[in-house]
Amino acid sequence: MYAIEVKNLYKNYYSDKSGKFAGIGKKTDIENDSNLVPLQGLGAGISFDVNRGEIFGIIGPDGAGKTTLFRILTTLILAESGTATIDGFDVVKDYKKIRKRVGYMPGRFSLYQDLTVEENLEFFATVFNTTIEENYELIKDIYVQIEPFKKRRAGKLSGGMKQKLALSCALIHKPSVLFLDEPTTGVDPVSRKEFWGMLQKLREQGITILVSTPYMDEATLCDRIALIQNGQFLKIDTPKNIVSQFADTLWAAKSNNMHKLLEDLRKDEQVKSSFAFGDSIHVTVDNGQLTVDSLKKYLIEKGHENITIEAIEPTIEDCFMELSTTQI
Amino acid sequence: MTNREMDTVIKVENLTKRFGNFTAVDNISFEVKRGEIFGFLGANGAGKTTAMRMLCGLSIPTEGKGTVAGYDIFKQPEMIKKSIGYMSQKFSMYEDLKVWENLELFGGIYGMSDKVIKQKTDELMLNLNFEEERDKLVKALPLGFKQKLAFSVSIFHQPQVVFLDEPTGGVDPITRRRFWEMIYDATAQGITVFVTTHYMDEAEYCDRVSIMVDGRIEALDSPENLKKQFHAKNMDEVFQQLARKAKRGDN
Repeated sequence: MYAIEVKNLYKNYYSDKSGKFAGIGKKTDIENDSNLVPLQGLGAGISFDVNRGEIFGIIGPDGAGKTTLFRILTTLILAESGTATIDGFDVVKDYKKIRKRVGYMPGRFSLYQDLTVEENLEFFATVFNTTIEENYELIKDIYVQIEPFKKRRAGKLSGGMKQKLALSCALIHKPSVLFLDEPTTGVDPVSRKEFWGMLQKLREQGITILVSTPYMDEATLCDRIALIQNGQFLKIDTPKNIVSQFADTLWAAKSNNMHKLLEDLRKDEQVKSSFAFGDSIHVTVDNGQLTVDSLKKYLIEKGHENITIEAIEPTIEDCFMELSTTQI
Repeated sequence: MTNREMDTVIKVENLTKRFGNFTAVDNISFEVKRGEIFGFLGANGAGKTTAMRMLCGLSIPTEGKGTVAGYDIFKQPEMIKKSIGYMSQKFSMYEDLKVWENLELFGGIYGMSDKVIKQKTDELMLNLNFEEERDKLVKALPLGFKQKLAFSVSIFHQPQVVFLDEPTGGVDPITRRRFWEMIYDATAQGITVFVTTHYMDEAEYCDRVSIMVDGRIEALDSPENLKKQFHAKNMDEVFQQLARKAKRGDN
């Protein structure tokens, strides 16, 4: 049995043409009414499974439908159509059972600001009919970091501490599946690394984790990922397999004038795409279409110096951009 | 010499801000040149927001001195506000107003005449290929459009310097890169860009980068020199080395 099983899940929010919110409709509504424009949500019907003990990442930008998906799976909103089960329980019929066995950390901080750290944790333990002591082992590593501030009100905590408290509260009833909606958004690179370290430890304790993020570099820390954009999955696989399925030839190019390099690369018709990637420009070309030497020659003609072009292994971000529906 | 002709757009010396006995910004000094893209990095809680609020004329420093766009940050905060632009991912435009209404509102706030607003709105719609979106509510625009428009709004009144506070958070990879291309276009027009980000690849796109740790600027140089100095292969490594040393939490 899968920890999470989703089949053809569908939900959309619509607006009229002026942008006014026009409610939530069915797929047939929008197809038959040219005045309706989809806002965001899950537009195409999505399906995926998550194995027990897996860290499964939903990777994509704001407005892709990540939060909608999380709300359906945590039984907070209903899907338009399709089915989903958590540990075999149906999100509609068995919602009470699901709520007992999942932990959920929403994207927006949603603990009680006027309760202290300790009171928040106790509150969540009580709601789930347990005690802090009973499951302390599970949260120990995370909670010790905020325990010195346990008498402080949650609203007065720093961003990083709020995040740790929210995770502790989501874990205190020892959930079988943990839902983390953008836990690292707006968090600096050092704290993000630390947070993913905590997730690896939770997985070792057998907890299944569904986590969403807009940061592509976090994809490689997941066992499997789904790349999502505009309510559709672009791809579901292990990060490694997604990288190995990259269809084009990928080069990293540098020269003495990076701004002009980007412009000149885009003028070359044999270059499929070129985008800045840190200190180099990533260039994609159809396999076998263009050689490094001929591109170099073209760039020398354009007046570039100190040119380097080398074949590189794509990152998940390269893959996302190749599969992306955003117009290049 | 008028302010516009000066080469230094931001200059601060020994800038400090204390809240009670907590020193949020601790004796920082730096300069930003006209047309430069200056990356302002730091861990959560390092003091970036407090420093930025002082530079924008929203918070009076406890100690030190400084000028932004040629105006004194102690004595002329209102003049500073008129000469700068600001954009963040969290707030940039009114979602319930139409595209042109947002431009009119912001233009009006900055004291532009109706005639200039109208003329610049026409130009902008044409340049962005936005004619069809002109009468749409901002909330109905796709995220990529919103990004572009938000940036255009922030430089609509042709500020000397624009402050971008995590402008690309949560944006898809292609739109994020398109956004940086717009930043380059703005600097080509002489606008100075002061930008914060949590994406370390974006730090590489800046002319110079400062990294704040516990209220102080611990490093300031071009990305290339910083990588050499810290024997790092990219800016993420530079950042990790410096920010790990932080003692205080992100309060």
